[in-house]
Amino acid sequence: MLEQEFGGKVTTTYIESVPEGPDAARVIRQYAQQGYKVIFATSFGYMDPMLEVARDFPDIYFEHCSGFKTAPNMSTYFGRMYQPRYLSGIVAGKMTKKNIIGYAAAFPIPEVIRGINAFTLGARSVNPDVQVRVVWTSTWFDPVKEREAAVALLDAGADIIAQHQDTTEPQKAAKERRLFSIGYDSDMRGFVGDSVLVSPVWNWGAYYVDTLKAILNGTWKTHQYWGGLKEGIVELSAFSPTVPQAVKDMVSEKQQAILNGSWDVFYGPIKDQGGKEVVAAGSKMSDAEMLNMSFFVEGVIGKAGK
Amino acid sequence: MTELIASLLAITLRAGTSLIYATIGEIYTERSGILNLGVEGMMLMSAVTSFATVYYTANLFLAILVAMLVGGTLAGIHAFLSVSMRANQVVSGLSITLFGSGMASFLGQRLGPQSNSGYLVGLVGSKFEPIAIPLFSNLPVIGAVFKQDILTYFVYLLLPLAWFYLYRTRNGLNLRAVGENPQTADAMGINVAKVRYIYTILGGMLVGIGGAHLSLSYAPGWTENITGGRGWIVIALVIFSMWNPARAVWGAILFGGINAVQFRLQASGTTIPASYLNMLPYLATISVLVVLTWWETLSKRVGAPSALAKSYMREEK
Repeated sequence: MLEQEFGGKVTTTYIESVPEGPDAARVIRQYAQQGYKVIFATSFGYMDPMLEVARDFPDIYFEHCSGFKTAPNMSTYFGRMYQPRYLSGIVAGKMTKKNIIGYAAAFPIPEVIRGINAFTLGARSVNPDVQVRVVWTSTWFDPVKEREAAVALLDAGADIIAQHQDTTEPQKAAKERRLFSIGYDSDMRGFVGDSVLVSPVWNWGAYYVDTLKAILNGTWKTHQYWGGLKEGIVELSAFSPTVPQAVKDMVSEKQQAILNGSWDVFYGPIKDQGGKEVVAAGSKMSDAEMLNMSFFVEGVIGKAGK
Repeated sequence: MTELIASLLAITLRAGTSLIYATIGEIYTERSGILNLGVEGMMLMSAVTSFATVYYTANLFLAILVAMLVGGTLAGIHAFLSVSMRANQVVSGLSITLFGSGMASFLGQRLGPQSNSGYLVGLVGSKFEPIAIPLFSNLPVIGAVFKQDILTYFVYLLLPLAWFYLYRTRNGLNLRAVGENPQTADAMGINVAKVRYIYTILGGMLVGIGGAHLSLSYAPGWTENITGGRGWIVIALVIFSMWNPARAVWGAILFGGINAVQFRLQASGTTIPASYLNMLPYLATISVLVVLTWWETLSKRVGAPSALAKSYMREEK
């Protein structure tokens, strides 16, 4: 894609399934030695290996996804996934009949907790009776466990399933009971079918293009990039035909507010699980507070702590 | 409450089925004195090939045959290396796992149709559907036992059969003799190499069915690393069952069941942190292992076949 965008000025290569740890440093170093000018590493665990290599190759640009360490020639980038998560929550809140939504969650880290909170806030903004039940699987990718978690949630009465892991099994488990689900990562409707109402998705391409343009123009500076719907790094996929127009309109209204900057997800008033107000009306959470989020908002049934 | 128990029983049986097949397979292999650490790789290879078979032919029976063939072939390679070549069984088994995992993920990207650019991921094929047995399936609580797919029903037969064969038949006695003391078995006129080949391959076939159950019934379809380390759990369950097929069922139920229980606890909004709950199946396995080993030592009953992982050659001694 990048090669097309830049009409032959750029060539790319990639390698998949590199284990986090020493192997990652070896692979990154290899690319640096082969003369690649920009290297992207796309897992949290590649952070330290990349930093180590970046010190040895000051002329090469390093881009690390989801971490927090930078260097003069190494940037981090990530997306405000909580924005499309909130929008997908609106869909779930409107489509649930039993007012119980199940959420198969990966690990209790701020990124995942933020997603659950945003989703819950979205669902309760249109349906204050909704509760979101959370099951942690401690996996990013375990088809069998993630299916079991979804089945447990369905047995607990949930009639919509959302998830944070990368397999489509929770979606399939919901479909088998003729119930709906909310996808994640990419448009899971393509894999599972119309039972997937909508998916908050990543669109890294937008960031890659911007980064390479900046490098080619000589305007690249090290930064900690955290783009949202506006920048296009995160999006909401197309809706399943089962989603009514009225619900789509509600989503697009909030989406407009986020896009024009008049409102965002973690604007007060927000209460935590115990009913205590954590963000007062009229104020909002800072990026630092969002990046360290470790509590659940009101309406989540589950435990956020380790 | 009865509803909860019934639902737990149902999920435990479904989750345990693949574990029971693979555990019994590995018990038979280890009983002959061969340690096969290739279970994880064999399960993955069987899962991917059996799903591909079902996708193209919609024939579940054929898919199970393919899974047994693939599991048996990989086990055959292990048997050749460890029996005929007398290679280190740990190394050979580990290479089967490494090869199998890599190859399965490779095949998952190549065996699919052109329309899906060769990927098997995301495709839907036939799968084993639960068959309710009239009358029995309506029983309270245990009705779930009679609402399973055909592979689970076979487990009900396989468990007593595997136990009976091992402890009550001459062939079973010969098998145990080869694993305990190959020299004596040889002196008795048993062909040690042949026995080891047969049960390693037979074990591989059962492991293959275990892998196929994942992609054809429990989590239908192919996703990379569908086993999620269950092949290693099987190795632990073999020790857990003290190499007795009848006990394999408890290990599998413990493992399948505890996971189901802890997810349900979480879904009901418990205040126990999830990381402790996620540790439960492993903690339970370890503690039962410790207690059992201690008990067996006390009662002077040795569980492990004495000649496990030792290669045998006639000329020695």
